[in-house]
Order: sequence, then C-alpha cells, then structure tokens
Amino acid sequence: MRISVQTEDFDLGAEVRAISGNPKIGAVASFIGLVRDVAMTLEHYPGMTERAIAKIVDEAKARWQVIDCAVIHRYGALLPNDQIVLVAVASGHRGDAFAACEFIMDYLKTRAPFWKKEQTEDGTRWVEAKDSDDEAAGRWTVPRR
Amino acid sequence: MKVRILYFASVREKLGRDSEEIDLPAGVASIAALRAHLRARGGAWADALAEAKLLRAAVNQDMVPPAAAIKAGDEVAFFPPVTGG
Repeated sequence: MRISVQTEDFDLGAEVRAISGNPKIGAVASFIGLVRDVAMTLEHYPGMTERAIAKIVDEAKARWQVIDCAVIHRYGALLPNDQIVLVAVASGHRGDAFAACEFIMDYLKTRAPFWKKEQTEDGTRWVEAKDSDDEAAGRWTVPRR
Repeated sequence: MKVRILYFASVREKLGRDSEEIDLPAGVASIAALRAHLRARGGAWADALAEAKLLRAAVNQDMVPPAAAIKAGDEVAFFPPVTGG
C-alpha cells in the first residue's frame, strides 16, 4: 500500500505496475484527477492528511477485497491540466476494484484536509466545498438496522 | 490547560497566523467552547470563527464534532470544509 502527499508529479503506469505484482490480482481500477480551467495552490495539514487517507483506505479494505492500492495527492502550485490526485486499487476482480477506487475518491473529497485556492483574473479565491461532494460520500453509508 | 492550535486555509489567512500555544481557563474543554473562547478576542477572530461560518475541527489529527472534548497537550485545528481531490 502506498500513500503519498507530495509536490512532484506522478506516473500512472509506474504506480499501477508497482501494485500489480501479486498473482492473485485480476483487476486494477484507477482514477486521476486533473486541474480544471485555472491555476491553483493546494494547502494541506501535514500529518493529518496521511492519517486521514490511511483511515479511508482501511475502511475500503473492510468493505471490499483490496489486495494493494496507491493513493497519491499533490499539493503546492498546480497549473491547468496538471495531475492532482491518483487512486489505484488492485483486487481479484473488477467489481471490488471499481467500487473501492470510487469510494476512496469520494471520501478523499470530504475527509482529507486539502484546500484549493484558485488564481483567477480577479485575484485569488478559496474554493468552496460542494454539497454534491458530501452527497457522493454519503451514498456509501450503509443504513444501520 | 495548555493546547496547541493550528489554523488552515481561509481561517489561517483571516487570522494572520498558522498556529499558537494557548493556556486555557478552566471550563474551556470542548471544541465549541474553545471556538467561543477564541471568538471573544474580537476583530478578525470574531469574523473568522463566527458562529454562522461552517468550519471543521480536528483533535490530534482526527476530524471531530463541536462537542468533542479537548485535554491538556492536545493538538487542535480549525479549518474550512475540505476541497481536495
């Protein structure tokens, strides 16, 4: 399992190869988030970020078969089209790989302490959190009996 | 009771600082109470930590609700809802 919060760019092929060595793996699902439209700076809470991501991955492992995974999130100054985030999940079968990958991404959006500040023509502004992100994370909540 | 407080993103900018060590009076023992205590400083504090503002808090690097307890030596953080990914 690889969790990294870094300023450097990453390579999807290398990350997928690194988590695909186990012969029990039959499926790898991956997601990459890119900077859309405007330049931005990402701030995070060193220490808590890694801890929050590890907890999200643990939760995914409790729900689906996750043989290995990689979660990389960049911070600092980023330009339009730059890669921001990578989630890759290796599993026995595609169902678990797809679901765990989407779950980790949805939870990252609402639980990992990152903040985006956009640079627009009118100056800089902090991006507001979206209700739709809470809804996306909320749909994974299993009703308690 | 001494705690360390960290501020991030728009909260950090409004306050003009990213952290502080503070000796809390008896009775300030929850996130909500600490937020009210800091807000009472007035000015930028009253604005950045205003009751109407949707803020998140963490104790020892775990996100917690406003009623969460704080104790001596804790690392507390205040920040806006997160926007990563």
